Amino acid sequence: MADAALTHDRPAPASGRTAWERLRATRGWAGFWFMLPTALILGLFLAYPLLKGIWLSFTNAKIGRAGVFIGLENYEWLWDDDVFWLSVFNTCLYTAIASVVKFGVGLYLALLLNKHIPFKSLVRSIVLIPFVVPTVLSAIAFWWIFDSQFSIISWSLRHLGIIDGNIDFLGRPDMARACVIFANIWRGVPFIAITLLAGLQTVSPSLYEAATIDGASPWQIFYKITLPLLTPIIAVVMTFSVLFTFTDFQLIWAMTRGGPVNATHLMATLSYQRGILSGSLGEGAAIATAMVPFLLAAIGISWFGLQRRAWQSGGDDR
Amino acid sequence: MRAPSPPAHADPTLSAATVAPAPLTDNSEGMAYLDKLPRRIVTVYLPLLVILAVLLFPFYWMALTAIKPDEQLIDMERYNPFFVVSPTLKHIQKLLFETQYPRWLWNTMYVSVAATALSLFASVLAAYACVRVRYRGASWVGAAIFLAYLVPPSILFIPLATIIQAYGLYDSPLSLILAYPTILIPFSTWLLMGYFKTIPYELEECALMDGASRWQILVKIILPLAFPGLISAGIFSLTLCWNEFIYALTFLSSTQNKTVPIAVVSEFVDGDIYRWGSLMAGALLGSLPLVILYSFFVEYYVSALTGAVKE
Repeated sequence: MADAALTHDRPAPASGRTAWERLRATRGWAGFWFMLPTALILGLFLAYPLLKGIWLSFTNAKIGRAGVFIGLENYEWLWDDDVFWLSVFNTCLYTAIASVVKFGVGLYLALLLNKHIPFKSLVRSIVLIPFVVPTVLSAIAFWWIFDSQFSIISWSLRHLGIIDGNIDFLGRPDMARACVIFANIWRGVPFIAITLLAGLQTVSPSLYEAATIDGASPWQIFYKITLPLLTPIIAVVMTFSVLFTFTDFQLIWAMTRGGPVNATHLMATLSYQRGILSGSLGEGAAIATAMVPFLLAAIGISWFGLQRRAWQSGGDDR
Repeated sequence: MRAPSPPAHADPTLSAATVAPAPLTDNSEGMAYLDKLPRRIVTVYLPLLVILAVLLFPFYWMALTAIKPDEQLIDMERYNPFFVVSPTLKHIQKLLFETQYPRWLWNTMYVSVAATALSLFASVLAAYACVRVRYRGASWVGAAIFLAYLVPPSILFIPLATIIQAYGLYDSPLSLILAYPTILIPFSTWLLMGYFKTIPYELEECALMDGASRWQILVKIILPLAFPGLISAGIFSLTLCWNEFIYALTFLSSTQNKTVPIAVVSEFVDGDIYRWGSLMAGALLGSLPLVILYSFFVEYYVSALTGAVKE
């Protein structure tokens, strides 16, 4: 870090006589007051709920009833619950397909936007709009686009003579899964494209020129220059993307509410349905807690990505 | 004005991320002159147009539905659904005068602005303390705040609902104003730490010698210099609040307290086949303020988005 040299000024020896005055003169005391609002909010509304969620998952709490400790009963119950396993499968499928496609299309779009095109900044601003608009509102637009009777896609395909009847987009399990995955990709691509574009713009053009003079093909240039230099950013961006796709709630809730026959239930939506709508807080909390191992795995991947970055830019491994 | 760049940066990727709204335009033409126009049309413009069309179509469809008369909406044989004949403002009028939509819009704005202000206040202090006060363990606290960014609302909403209930905040906008900062503070703090690091130490030392207190340094020197960072964090936080769904869905119950995303999903959804017009009008009006705000602050928004990821 640039200001590493400036960290040497250790706290000046406090000159007060009593312990109280010494404490007031130190950096720790100033730091305490500066950190207080953040610590209060994050402590009361983030750390405490996180722990309380784990505790709730070991109780039989219902809405309006505190509940008592019942050990692993909620988890045993979930272990034998087909709907829970279906939701785990759905979540993994949803995350895997959506993340891979989002990454592919996002990287492709970033490479396109990095080319010399007219109205570059305008195009970039337009690309980001799906990410700015509230997810629920665009999900409702997709709900209407995928309507069973008035779908514009059915209408177009019918008039092109490809299909005879309307497609029941959100009424058939596999079709519904494909539709929500498409909507998720649609919303996620701009984020990935714009952040990767920012990474691409830090790659010096002279590297590409040198490689071209050495006779490298476009594919070699991409594979040997662009990709390695982009890896650190890809690691972080994809961690975020996987994290937020895995815990997605609002898109599903607005489009299908987990239907048809639970085919699009993700762990988050199932947790809401069991925990809030049915009132079994304990069971809902157990489903939410079951997501934690996956999230830890995602954070672990990000950590290793960051380590490689420190090594790549010539720094020490932290 | 932009914060002065750091005197000497060891890490080139870091400096690119921390400098105020980075000019993301690339002025050099590079090797683009090697590509001839017909080739560029096939490899660049065509794919770009297809992707843009797919990205924008839902908004066209949303806007079109919002101004289409009902009979054209359900009769797709007589009218071409891709266009509208004799558009109507009926749906929007119904939305504004027969439902509580203005109230919901006001709720959304009120909650977003209050939560953003609260989290900016907290994260300015936290970021300054982590970067410049450098109390013992500051770097660990910085890492912990980043980890907090990775805790998704989906695993917190059930325990948080019981806590909100216990504090007596259920069905009150205050519950959201206090809960949203948990999403915003980690991100804003991280972003502002980047901006604060770019401000030279010497400025603070001068102020200290002139007898300024920590608070005066923060308010009179650091904040004016980090102003672009504040705008970035503020804009991004506002859009995140506007977007938030699961907390609002869980904590609010009465119709007049709802925010736009919740109200649109829960109040308009019934079996009526004529609901689509007002539903789309609701989605359109709920998105427009955000898109307009975004269009004024694109650069700040992008720098918030990329800055938070790059750090």
